[in-house]
Amino acid sequence: MAQKITIEPVTRVEGHGKVTIHLDSKMNVQQTRLHIVEFRGFERFVQGRPYWEAPVLVQRLCGICPVSHHLAAAKALDVIVGAGTGKGLTATGEKMRRLMHYGQMFQSHALHFFHLSSPDFLLGYDADPAIRNVVGVAQKFPELATQGVLMRKFGQEVINFTAGKKIHGTGAIPGGINKNLSIEERDFLLKGDDPMNVDKMIEWAGDAVNLFKDYYMQNREFVDNFAHFPSNHLSLVREDGALDFYHGVMRAVDSEGNRVLDDVDYQDYYKHIEEEVKNWSYMKFPYMKHLGKDKGWYRVGPLARLNCCDFIPTPKAQKEFEAFRAHTNGKPNNYCLHTHWARLIELLHSAEVIKELLEDPDLQKDDLVVKGKKGNEGVGLIEAPRGTLFHHYKINDDDQITMANLIVSTTNNNEPMNRSVNMVSKNMMTGKAVITEPMKNAVEVAIRAYDPCLSCATHALGKMPLDIKLYGPDDEELDHYKS
Amino acid sequence: MQKILIYGYGNPGRQDDGLGPRFIELCDAWIREQNLTHMFTDTNYQLNIEDAAEIAGYDTVVFVDASVVEDLENFKLETVEPDDARIEFTMHAVSVSYVVDLCQKIYNKSPKACVLHIRGYEYDFKEELTPKAAENMHAAFAYLKDFFKQVRRNDS
Repeated sequence: MAQKITIEPVTRVEGHGKVTIHLDSKMNVQQTRLHIVEFRGFERFVQGRPYWEAPVLVQRLCGICPVSHHLAAAKALDVIVGAGTGKGLTATGEKMRRLMHYGQMFQSHALHFFHLSSPDFLLGYDADPAIRNVVGVAQKFPELATQGVLMRKFGQEVINFTAGKKIHGTGAIPGGINKNLSIEERDFLLKGDDPMNVDKMIEWAGDAVNLFKDYYMQNREFVDNFAHFPSNHLSLVREDGALDFYHGVMRAVDSEGNRVLDDVDYQDYYKHIEEEVKNWSYMKFPYMKHLGKDKGWYRVGPLARLNCCDFIPTPKAQKEFEAFRAHTNGKPNNYCLHTHWARLIELLHSAEVIKELLEDPDLQKDDLVVKGKKGNEGVGLIEAPRGTLFHHYKINDDDQITMANLIVSTTNNNEPMNRSVNMVSKNMMTGKAVITEPMKNAVEVAIRAYDPCLSCATHALGKMPLDIKLYGPDDEELDHYKS
Repeated sequence: MQKILIYGYGNPGRQDDGLGPRFIELCDAWIREQNLTHMFTDTNYQLNIEDAAEIAGYDTVVFVDASVVEDLENFKLETVEPDDARIEFTMHAVSVSYVVDLCQKIYNKSPKACVLHIRGYEYDFKEELTPKAAENMHAAFAYLKDFFKQVRRNDS
């Protein structure tokens, strides 16, 4: 006889998520599944629309990382308008987009750490859920909470200046950008009153890395043993192997560091990546074709990026990267909770890149757009905060979109998220008849490490309480937990 | 004179979810026309932790949000008290009471806060509000204008 435990929805995860844990008659975890309701209607919605609308239209998808969708769409359309990939833009066009993107990465990673992860680290995974949140952090560590708020705000200002506005930004257009950065905007970010300037952001990001390392030194056994499993890792890397969130080639390594996808052009992504449909989930399961469904699945996101790249092209983050890689003797890091460490190194790198860009006079130049020979198909890849984001469009002779295919970061992480939930459930719930708060939170911690975003942009529809149901062998409800 | 912020949030690309930002368009025109130098507006997709810093500089903040509450006829203005008791379902969006509470704990500021809930009905991939939601929005706007006129009279 099997028992089924349902946890839905997962708290502090955007959109709707549900976890089912099946126990056998001996109370062993038999099967676990993370069910995610992903909105798929968007790809049909854009069909028939003029292609140049796509970078703005895609922001309807998600109110959390609209910049990532905006830029991935713009990159795909660069190819269609004949501006090439990445290097085809003017210096101002590419650098303004990079500034927008690194601003997005900075604010998203800051939010994840201060709003989501730090309550677990600073207050304890088993702390009272009523205080295990950013307000609880604010009470106990007010300085840290203030830093989190202001880092988010700083990143949002970067986006505001580069995208043109907070909602439905129009900064990136096919072939370039529609504005440069004024001296006033530059100076606001570069030399703003303390603490709202980029130097302070670099300092605070460095402090956040150290905070995690201190936590790690005191909780090493827990961190290393939490949902640790080998996997492939996939990300964009710059052509010379550097970490690059905006542009590059596709690289994947296996759990031992062997390259299983060797710096391929992402215009050909469909030759390498396929998506499996499973009858119990709305979300697809991507994998590398040549390795097959069972061996070709991969992780994306901060951990994968630091496992795929050879170096980080900014000094402070590079120093942290060297320590990160040394921890696993240069081999890929497969520790689930080290994703937080990787994310904070990326936070530091983003702040350093923002400073480099702000000091670059190309951002004040007026050569914003290039166009070439028009084509009818383009692919745009970008490293979004949560991982690799794919946009693929085809258009007809009337400039209307005839096909759109999007593979979002959370979809790429579908299999590893499921495996993490399975490992944690087996460790925490085997032999247990009741779900305790620490058990529930452990499952959520495993999921939150991937920072999944479920494309739920309508906040009014997204408010639901936590709901846990425990079913007996005959599917009768044994227990019901509701937050 | 009191410094007032009207803050609309929601995604205008998702039909009635955009009631907040659309409401702010009406407010902006009104503030310009009346030269109301003590009133300010802002918009975003969702509320988030940095909004605690934003509202700290105001005496009164009116948040404007789409509502899916079925028994709400058209709109409702509701006072909000700080509240940290609830863990939010979504990680990337927080409630008004959460923002107000965070503002109090981090900045020691407690602006008067209220939410103008406006009933919405459809949340598809469209820019346009449903006719009934638009009607509710205009009714709420007329109400809010009268409300602030009264506040000004009381202030003076």
